[in-house]
Amino acid sequence: MISVKGLRKSYGALEALRGIDLEVRRGEIFAFLGPNGAGKTTAISVLEGYLERDGGTVEVLGEDPATAGREWRGRVGFVLQECRMESLLTVRETLTMYAGYYRDPRPVEATIDLVGLAEKADERAGRLSGGQQRRLDVAVALVGDAELLFLDEPTTGFDPSARRAAWAVIEGLRDLGKTVMLTTHYMDEAQALADRVAVITAGEIIAAGTPDDLGGRRHADSLISFDLPAAAAVSAVRGAVTGEWTQSNGRLALRSADPTRSLHELTAWALDHDVRLGGLEVTRPSLEDVYLDLIGEERGRAT
Amino acid sequence: MSGAALILHQFRYEQKVFWRSPAAVFFTVMFPVIFLLIFASLFGDQEIEELGIETATYYVPGIITLAVVSATLVNVAMRLVEMRESGRLKRMRGTPLPTWAYIGGRIGNAFVVSLLMVVIVTLLGNVLYGVPVPTTTIPALLLTLVVGTFAFCSLGIALSIAIPSEQAAPPITNFTVLPLYFLSGVFVPETEIPDGVLTFASVFPIRPFFQAFLTAYDPLTAGAGFDWGHLAVVAAWGVAGTLVAVRCFRWAPRHG
Repeated sequence: MISVKGLRKSYGALEALRGIDLEVRRGEIFAFLGPNGAGKTTAISVLEGYLERDGGTVEVLGEDPATAGREWRGRVGFVLQECRMESLLTVRETLTMYAGYYRDPRPVEATIDLVGLAEKADERAGRLSGGQQRRLDVAVALVGDAELLFLDEPTTGFDPSARRAAWAVIEGLRDLGKTVMLTTHYMDEAQALADRVAVITAGEIIAAGTPDDLGGRRHADSLISFDLPAAAAVSAVRGAVTGEWTQSNGRLALRSADPTRSLHELTAWALDHDVRLGGLEVTRPSLEDVYLDLIGEERGRAT
Repeated sequence: MSGAALILHQFRYEQKVFWRSPAAVFFTVMFPVIFLLIFASLFGDQEIEELGIETATYYVPGIITLAVVSATLVNVAMRLVEMRESGRLKRMRGTPLPTWAYIGGRIGNAFVVSLLMVVIVTLLGNVLYGVPVPTTTIPALLLTLVVGTFAFCSLGIALSIAIPSEQAAPPITNFTVLPLYFLSGVFVPETEIPDGVLTFASVFPIRPFFQAFLTAYDPLTAGAGFDWGHLAVVAAWGVAGTLVAVRCFRWAPRHG
């Protein structure tokens, strides 16, 4: 669906994209992660055909977006980072207007239902809440029934329940067989939605993979943690179970490459000594931990 | 959809938005009507001796000029800036809608509103102040309206390019047209304006546009009333506006 090689773009002296490579396959949800100013929106704008590149090759739906015509635009849908819909038209009128631009649009009523605006169908866009306006924006992107959708920060500024609702809509796109490329700085969003993610900072992709694999996350050490027991028990347990122990915020934690064995040793010791391990947890680094490590390393290298 | 159907589709939504927008309706429809009532009621039955017509007869084409420029240049410039800065123009660019269909719908809206204002102002002038309704000059009147709609819409598009933000749109458009209304004899009878000023104003499109309307409304006009010289000046401005619009048009918000 999308194939990018060596994409470069500069604004004057600022190199916004320093040669990035990307492959997005049909039917997948691909998330582009990165801090503000990393180049996410610049890259998306080139793929959408809004921005001319300085170098590299870009193919979207088999065409170069810089020269693609009307036919191609009918196959691609967008949610831009900033867009206010016409405040004087109702939800239904807005979607009917946009549907009229496409040869084979999705039915307007079904699209309104899909984004959960059925009760607001006759409300003017100017009277919708921020989250509802964003959903209308998503609905406009869907009404053309495009194969490929670019969603630039689709849930920024949403309250938690609106975000869950938007996720359900994007999940629904997967079921419809659409390909979705989204940008986000919410790691839980990428974790919940994306089949694959790429992390970009300072115009370069520094890691790519599935959310579970990113940055070697699948093979990363687990952390076994529990509430701090009595002082005597602390030294006893640290003596009984060997490994890398840390202590903070009233919790004792053991880093382990083999959590099955470590947990077995730990719980055996606890039962033998009749010690309760309050709030016992086994966790792997979250996508957010990995992401922060990745961009932290990158920033460390830059300075 | 065919090209004509696409333009008609866009036109319908432009109409909806226009009539729901209090600012557009006030400045384009109410404002000229109020001006007509004020000017014609104050000075209507006096005669402008040099021209040999009543003041009310002079003001009807003047107010029509005001209404048409408002429906075209002012309205197009303001709305395009709002569309661009809100990101909607960029978004529209991402759909298969051809640019000409979009612009066509917008110009269609401007033309229909302008035509409506010609009818309203002409009828009010006739009923309230006895201003004669043009008969033999109707083709000339319509041609003037068509040429003016084209010229002032393209100038509106060109002007929108120079406007940096939504907040700047009303002051810049008003500053562009208001002085020209005064200098061109739209608000003040041209017999009260020094020749040098009129010559200066004739370089810009509002003065010749008004003169073409005045010729069509002047009961002393003999023949069909086509004012080719002035129409040519208006059309030339339209061509210049179109060239600027095509070469420099911007889809994305300025800050983006």
